[in-house]
Amino acid sequence: MAVKRKQTWQFKNDIYLSSTGTATGPKEAQGPLSSYFDQSYDDLYCGEDSWELAERRLMEDAVMACLKKANQAASSVDLYLAGDLLNQIVTANFSAKKLQIPYLGMFGACSTSMETLAVGAALVDAGFIDRAIAAVSSHNATAERQFRNPTEYGGPKPPTSESTVTGAGAGLISREASPVKITEATIGKVFDWGIKDANDMGSAMAPAAADTIASHLTQTGREVSDYDLILTGDLSSVGTPILKELLYERGYDISSVHQDCGLMVYRPDQKVFAGGSGCACSAVVTYGYIVDELTRGNLQRVLVVATGSLHSPTMVQQKEALPTIAHGVVLEAAGGGES
Amino acid sequence: MEYLLAFIVGGLICVIGQILLDVFKLTPAHVVVSFVVAGAVLDGFGLYDRLIEFAGAGATVPITSFGHSLLHGAMNETEQSGVLGLAIGIFQLTAAGISSAILFGFIVAVIFKPKG
Repeated sequence: MAVKRKQTWQFKNDIYLSSTGTATGPKEAQGPLSSYFDQSYDDLYCGEDSWELAERRLMEDAVMACLKKANQAASSVDLYLAGDLLNQIVTANFSAKKLQIPYLGMFGACSTSMETLAVGAALVDAGFIDRAIAAVSSHNATAERQFRNPTEYGGPKPPTSESTVTGAGAGLISREASPVKITEATIGKVFDWGIKDANDMGSAMAPAAADTIASHLTQTGREVSDYDLILTGDLSSVGTPILKELLYERGYDISSVHQDCGLMVYRPDQKVFAGGSGCACSAVVTYGYIVDELTRGNLQRVLVVATGSLHSPTMVQQKEALPTIAHGVVLEAAGGGES
Repeated sequence: MEYLLAFIVGGLICVIGQILLDVFKLTPAHVVVSFVVAGAVLDGFGLYDRLIEFAGAGATVPITSFGHSLLHGAMNETEQSGVLGLAIGIFQLTAAGISSAILFGFIVAVIFKPKG
C-alpha cells in the first residue's frame, strides 16, 4: 500500500492573516492595482542611494505598514520569515537586523511569498510561536543586474521574458481573529522539464504550478469550483496557457477561476514583455488586492500558488535546465470585515 | 547605389547577429565576440578588405570591422618589428576607439545616475 504523501498541510487551529503591508515602485503604482498598495514610490531609488538600499526600504516599509495596521510593535512578533532574490538574501538579512525580530531567512525564488506564509502559519498552528511576519521583496533593477544584464549593458530581452516587480509585501500571522483565514498549504516539489532559457521562466514554471494545484485538489478532495480564485504567481502570458493545458490533461479545467499575478499587476501597455515576476509580484497582489477582496467578502476561498525558478546565473551559464517549484496557500474569508 | 549596398551588407551582418541571438540563444556578449573573431578571420584570408571596398560603411560600422582592424594593426607592426610586433601592433588602429570608450564611459558614469 502506498504511503500517503503529506504534501498538503491542513491547519488544526484557526490561523489568521491578521494584517498585511505592501510597498511598491513607480511602475506598479501606475498599474491597475495601485489603489490597493499601502505605499508607492515614484522613483526606483525610493529616496535611497542604491537600488539594493531601495529594495531594503520597500521591505521595511511593507513590514512597518503591516505592524501598524495590526497595532503591534516589532517586539511583540516572535518570528520574522523573509526572503528575496538577491545573493545571500541580503535584503531580508539586513531588514532583520533593523527589526530585531528572531529571524529565519528563506529562499524559494519567486515562490518565497507563499513559502514564508505557509511555514509561518504552520509554526503558529503548532504553537511554537504566537505571531510571525512573512515578508518578501524584489526590485526590478537589482534583479536585472543579478539575473540578466545590467540595464546599461543594453542587451535585448525577448518577448517571453518577464519584468521583475519592484516592491515588497508582508503579512502578520497569528491566532487572533481577523477577516482572512489561512487554512491549508501545499508544499511543492522541484520540476525541470528541460527548459534552459532564463528568459522563458513562464514555460519552465508551469509544470511545477500544475503539479502543486493538482496535488492540492487531490489531497483535499475538492473540485476546482470550490475555489473562487486559483491565483498563480508569475507564469505570465507564456506560462498561463501551458498551465491550463497541463491541468486540463489531468482532468481539471481551471480556466474559469484562474488568474496570474504577473498579468494583474501591470496594464498590458506598460511594456513588461510577458508580464510581471519576482517575489513581490505574488506578494503585492495577494497582500494588497486579494486580502482586500477576502475582507470585503467578494472572494470566499482562494488558492494562491506562488511559482519560483530556483536557478542561479552560474547554473544557466553552465547550460543547466531551470529547476522550478510552486507552493500553494489557501486563504479564506472569515467574515467580520467591512462589506 | 553605394548607400544601398552599405545598407544591405550592414543589414545582413545584423541579421546574422539577430539569428545568433534568437535561434542559437547566444548572449549579446557571445555575439560581439563571435563577430570580432569572424572579422579577424575573414581579414586573415584578405576577404574583409574586399568587403569594405564593396560595401563601404556597411562593412566598417559593424563590430566585425573591429576584428579586421585588430588583425591589420598586428600584421603591419609585425612586418616592421618582427614577431613582437604582433603584441605591439594589435591595438594600433583601434587605440583611438578603445581610449574614447574608456574616457566617455568614465565621464558619463561620473555625471549621470542610471534610471532603471
